[in-house]
Amino acid sequence: MIRDQEFLKDIASYCIENSKKLGATDVGVKVIHSVSENVSFRNKKLDESNRADSFAVNLTTYIEKKKSSINSSDLSKSNLEKLIERCIDATKITPSDENNSLPDKDLMSKEIRDLNLYDETHYPNDKKIEFLKKVEETASTDEKIVNTEAGFTENKNNFILANSNGFLSGYKTSNFSSSCVAVSKINGAMERDYEFGSTRFLQDMMKPEEIGKIAADKAIKKLGPKKIKSEKIGVIFDKRISKGILSTLASAISASAIARGTSFLKDQINSEVFPNSINIIDDPKIEKGLGSQNFDSEGVETNSLKLVENGILKNYLIDTYYGKKLNLKSNGRSGGTTNLYFENGDLSFKDLINLEKKFLYITETIGHGGNIITGDYSVGASGFMVEDGELTYPVSEITIAGNFKEMFKNITLANDLEMKYSTNAPTLLINQMTVAGK
Amino acid sequence: MSNFFKDADIDTSQAEAIVTETLKNCDDGELYLENHKSESIVLDDNKIKSSTYNSDQGYGFRAVTGEVVAYSHSNDISKESLRKSSENLKDTLKSKKGTYNHEIPKTNSKYYENINPIESKTFDSKIDLLNSVNNYLRSKGSIVNQVTANFLGEHKSIEIIRSDNQVLKDDRPLVRFNVSVVLEKDGKKETGVYGVGGRQSYDDYLKDGSWKDVCDEAFRIANVNLESKPAPAGEMKVVLGPGWPAILIHEAIGHGLEGDFNRKKTSAFHNLMGQQVASEGVTIVDDGTLYQRRGSLTIDDEGTPTENTVLIENGILKNYMQDRLNARLMGTNSTGSGRRESYKHVVLPRMRNTMMLSGKYSQDEMISSVDKGIFAVSFGGGQVDITSGKFVFNCTEAYEINNGKIGSPIKGATLIGDGPSILKEVSLVGNDMKLDPGIGTCGKAGQGVPVGVAQPSILINKMTVGGTKL
Repeated sequence: MIRDQEFLKDIASYCIENSKKLGATDVGVKVIHSVSENVSFRNKKLDESNRADSFAVNLTTYIEKKKSSINSSDLSKSNLEKLIERCIDATKITPSDENNSLPDKDLMSKEIRDLNLYDETHYPNDKKIEFLKKVEETASTDEKIVNTEAGFTENKNNFILANSNGFLSGYKTSNFSSSCVAVSKINGAMERDYEFGSTRFLQDMMKPEEIGKIAADKAIKKLGPKKIKSEKIGVIFDKRISKGILSTLASAISASAIARGTSFLKDQINSEVFPNSINIIDDPKIEKGLGSQNFDSEGVETNSLKLVENGILKNYLIDTYYGKKLNLKSNGRSGGTTNLYFENGDLSFKDLINLEKKFLYITETIGHGGNIITGDYSVGASGFMVEDGELTYPVSEITIAGNFKEMFKNITLANDLEMKYSTNAPTLLINQMTVAGK
Repeated sequence: MSNFFKDADIDTSQAEAIVTETLKNCDDGELYLENHKSESIVLDDNKIKSSTYNSDQGYGFRAVTGEVVAYSHSNDISKESLRKSSENLKDTLKSKKGTYNHEIPKTNSKYYENINPIESKTFDSKIDLLNSVNNYLRSKGSIVNQVTANFLGEHKSIEIIRSDNQVLKDDRPLVRFNVSVVLEKDGKKETGVYGVGGRQSYDDYLKDGSWKDVCDEAFRIANVNLESKPAPAGEMKVVLGPGWPAILIHEAIGHGLEGDFNRKKTSAFHNLMGQQVASEGVTIVDDGTLYQRRGSLTIDDEGTPTENTVLIENGILKNYMQDRLNARLMGTNSTGSGRRESYKHVVLPRMRNTMMLSGKYSQDEMISSVDKGIFAVSFGGGQVDITSGKFVFNCTEAYEINNGKIGSPIKGATLIGDGPSILKEVSLVGNDMKLDPGIGTCGKAGQGVPVGVAQPSILINKMTVGGTKL
């Protein structure tokens, strides 16, 4: 069972009081309890069951402008006492930094709105097993599927965030997720693909048959890929990977990257970064949203933010520390974005893939080939050739490369946005990237 | 005497009784206890950005029968918590008919000392050194735009209690020291990153001003990149330098030779045992026994002593890397490759220090044999799809080769290849094998573990370079 708020509050208060007694001028603390149960299946048999019960305390103490932190999983007061002492000792000899401080009091979250983030339903392991059987039965119908793996995870979390300015708040969240990986085989060569669903409420979970079928269909479609010739071509990003463009944007407009001068978007605020049809929103207050939150990791109130409006970069993602460096107030983005998405474009998926006679359609990228400082981008990719609006054959062992600055300016969005992850994007086209193959 | 039960309401013999009772009729399993202390001190943007100390302790209780693994972990080491975990395991494994395998090899070897690197250097001296790094690099001129340096140190004590009261213990130090510098010239910015580490104290890597060598190397890489031109796109010859570029070996074939993927037949290598998978002259080992190396272990996380496992000998596939579960199901022995990130994670077969051994050619011979290609010296990370065998890795320092001569530096690019066929394209193996500097972390199934790599220079006949210039 997940521990209640009172239990967590007691530990948070203990940490704050003891730190102050030992000389801390300010204190921030987070206490977390999470219980997670996972069952995984392989080839229609139980493979692994895993139960996790974890506590964590993250404590930061300040002495004027000096700061140090400790993390621990042992909540016993005797252990915490020793660690608090260690933290204070380290704080005393850490050089001070004028930007170190708790958030401004007037920016703190005042009330908790119920965003429907907690489903108390417990899905017993027997039920998870039934669910997974259905996933794998559907996934393995076609004889080209030679291996399936499926998993179901249920997570319950509770936390308290507190600081020495009187902030003390937290709430429960839950998460249910299920996945299926299918391996297909033809003429000795194998391909792998997957489907994945994640929800706050059990009742919103995808049907098991749907998860299995999508994973299998995708794995079969990838069989017999060709390596294509190197060329410049328009590249369409499937929804599973188009959201990566938004993650790159988020890294590049984080206050830390801007303040440190290590972003390819430095000095681009109020400039046109995307085509003028594009709007990008980060909204923390979506009911049941996977990225929803009442306040950020410092307790600062978070509200919906238009990061990009009509193609123009309007906001950075600001926390207290880097906000002070930039002379800007925190906008509740310590810990990053919440529910980040592109507003839908005008074209249907079909119209998008018919814009030109030939495109490369990418369903998966591998490698970490994005450089936030220079904007250079080069990753391994696989997907399909699109000719006259039809997916004609699978493609693999190629790379796609470009520079984010130019890629951003050449984006065309489809109108098929779905809120499936915490970061979401519709299918998108980037005109002219370099593909390296044969 | 166990340290794990000294503050608990349960002693070692009671814990052993729970373990033995829970694992009755199971094929394998253990209670794994871990105490992990770590620190991170970061200098960034002229300031000590953060200093953090982590203290984590807990257990992972595992019962294995047939192919099924039941696992329960908690950071509450108490009688009630262990009982609950035991119930949970027994509940999952309702029909178990296994015979517990008591055999576990013993060893007297030790591949590192039991020191705690966090305590063996004072906090003050760590802060002083980080400030010296900042001053030293910034004194190189106004082109230095940003300096980040950090200490990462840890000490992990583990204890494995197996059925019938066998107890195995290990104490593992690990440190890493990293420097990253951003240079700016004529409006262009580039980064250089370098680091050192292993299973010794910080000062073993930093004494006598050797920290300056780390700074100089990061600075050198950034400086080279300031002059870089767009990388070429397409298939060409690639010469890899010695040491860290062995990430290629790790990604291209290492993961594909881990026991689990081969037992499950999801690896592109699963039906290639005993076959020629690499050019003659290519020998690859995975060695857990190198003294004080980052990927070394005295015993693995199941208690098996590590060894030097030959994976490929003269081009022929000889062995997979095995943990106990996959070894049992494949009718072989554990190679001491069973690893987990922490008590929160299940054991998987993993790499330790993966190395291609030296051949007979010089690097100059390789470069002069290339008309058009690239020479790659340093890398960021890599990734592999073990099923299709396709893998990538990212260059962070590379040059073009024209008519047998090294030319201009080129921008970072991803290289992509096919694991089962790439080693057949290795036409020359160098005589200059080198270990990496000791900073690698390998990710698999959400678990990160420290690893090492090594290789000599090699010439690859054909690989796809993912640049922007056609």
